[in-house]
Amino acid sequence: MKKTVEIRWHGRGGQGAKTAALLLADVAFKTGRCVQGFPEYGPERMGAPITAFNRISEDQIRVHSNIYDPDYVVVVDETLLHSVHVTDGLKEDGAIIVNTPRSPKEVRSLLRGYQGRVFTVDARRISEETLGRNFPNTPMLAATAAVCGVMNRKEFLGEMESSFAHKFAKKPEVIKGNMAALEMAYDQVEKDMAKTNVSPVDQKATAKQMKQSA
Amino acid sequence: MSMNGSRDRQVCSKAIPERMSGNEAVSYAIKQVNPDVMPAFPITPSTEIPQMVSTFIANGEIDTAFIPVESEHSAMSAAIGAEAAGARTMTATSSAGLALMWEELLLAASNRLPIVLTLVNRTLSGPININCDHSDGMGARDTGWIQIYAENNQEAYDNYIQAFPIAEDPRVHLPVMICQDGFITSHAVENIELLETEHVRRFVGEYRPEEFLLNPGKPVSVGPYAISAYSMEAKRAQEAAMERAGEVILEVADRFHTMSGRGYGFFEEYRTEDAEYLMVIMGSAAGTAKEAVDELRNEGHKVGIIKIRVFRPFPEKEIAEAIHKSGCKAVAIMDRCESYNGNSGPLGSEIPAGLYRNKVMVDTVNYIYGLAGRDFTVDHVKDVFKELAQVAQGAKPAPHHKYIGLRE
Repeated sequence: MKKTVEIRWHGRGGQGAKTAALLLADVAFKTGRCVQGFPEYGPERMGAPITAFNRISEDQIRVHSNIYDPDYVVVVDETLLHSVHVTDGLKEDGAIIVNTPRSPKEVRSLLRGYQGRVFTVDARRISEETLGRNFPNTPMLAATAAVCGVMNRKEFLGEMESSFAHKFAKKPEVIKGNMAALEMAYDQVEKDMAKTNVSPVDQKATAKQMKQSA
Repeated sequence: MSMNGSRDRQVCSKAIPERMSGNEAVSYAIKQVNPDVMPAFPITPSTEIPQMVSTFIANGEIDTAFIPVESEHSAMSAAIGAEAAGARTMTATSSAGLALMWEELLLAASNRLPIVLTLVNRTLSGPININCDHSDGMGARDTGWIQIYAENNQEAYDNYIQAFPIAEDPRVHLPVMICQDGFITSHAVENIELLETEHVRRFVGEYRPEEFLLNPGKPVSVGPYAISAYSMEAKRAQEAAMERAGEVILEVADRFHTMSGRGYGFFEEYRTEDAEYLMVIMGSAAGTAKEAVDELRNEGHKVGIIKIRVFRPFPEKEIAEAIHKSGCKAVAIMDRCESYNGNSGPLGSEIPAGLYRNKVMVDTVNYIYGLAGRDFTVDHVKDVFKELAQVAQGAKPAPHHKYIGLRE
């Protein structure tokens, strides 16, 4: 893990992007990291674009500003791709994770020339299959944990299960579905990562190297 | 004067690692202190504090009497009544809430009532806005309250616990405002080290006021009219208490250091030794500035920070001495508040006055930043230091009063 990982969440008011950022901070804290999880507050209302942020580090975090050059961007609502410049400042060696039924290839055309890795997760489908309702933030949280790699699968799922046990103490019947949503998203993204281990940037570099050596 | 020292002492309390927002941290401290009375009216971004404390009360975790009131004017009025009656009393507010308390803030201080108010800093209208700046706290800077500012959730928590022994010390007997930046720290979840409740309770002790209204054996009158023949002496006595508060703040900080391992002073000096350029700053932006200082030091620039913790009483002499000791060429004075005096923000007025009175002659530039939640970044800090160097080298005239991050 690099010194400090910075993540920016884009969602719409009511979709739980802020909650997901706070949950990620929670689980990273439990695995021994220094964390920050905070939303950008404005005149929010249901459906309006919102941002939330995470810093995760091995050292104490002192910076108290928003994140302008994130390592990772998470888009909880794909309609934002048309109205918000979600890839602004996003590092080319980072990644963007979008909630959409579409493929990374289809989504890339909306990313204003972003060359880094693109992952897509059909969070609505996963949520509806496992929870019976659309809570996109739960699968997106798992996908983000998988991509940013600040903790391993076992640590992540173990800590989430104990968080859910606490959060849903009065309705334990929903824990199983939430865990299934996390696992499904985590495993899909992990598989995609193995497939697309080489980012377009690396591909270009590799092609250039091959050309030089030829 | 340095603070936030590593755990360099044998400490009494175990450190309990947690993660919490600034509002949660202060609410947790309130739970540990278990004050007698909390009158409050909720206002963004401090709403969570009365909300969480009410939950602790409803759960039977503490026995504080919560008084739901119809306005902040009433909240401070009720706090004055409760404290005068002999109860340890606290409240929480922000922005317009503090402004509505205005008259009562002065009454609390002049009646020498050691109320503790947790202020989650938010701008004042207009334009109406919910985000952070220091205009609420700074607007109340001459109301006679002690004011202590925090960089992060840890400091908000630590300062809160220290507030009661400072306020209630017989040499002081003044109300204390514990301030933190709205949303920036109040709503950001970060790591924190909590203290054990039994140690916190022992640290703040049992509240035993010398004089109080509900004491039939020793009747007193609170808030009577004073004719001109006596009024001025009362005001002078109040100012003398504020002057004495400094030594009490340091004594309490020393006791706190023994309990927690975390040291505090009037301000923190960060990499000021041999600094050519200094920045004086207060609140959450100090953390951002420290990050920038580390990056600039790595590039060979001699820069440092003075982070003000205690704003009232204002440690004018100590700040002037620290600036003098560093031998710096120029100082950037950062205000997260406008004063509308045509010249400078509050720190931009008070620090140069202190330098002059202590015969420390150094160039200063006053910058206004972060009004109404405008973000303040590591790059902004670097820009300020760059400009400061140009000013000191004569390459650029000193700006009179400059805004950072303004859309021009």
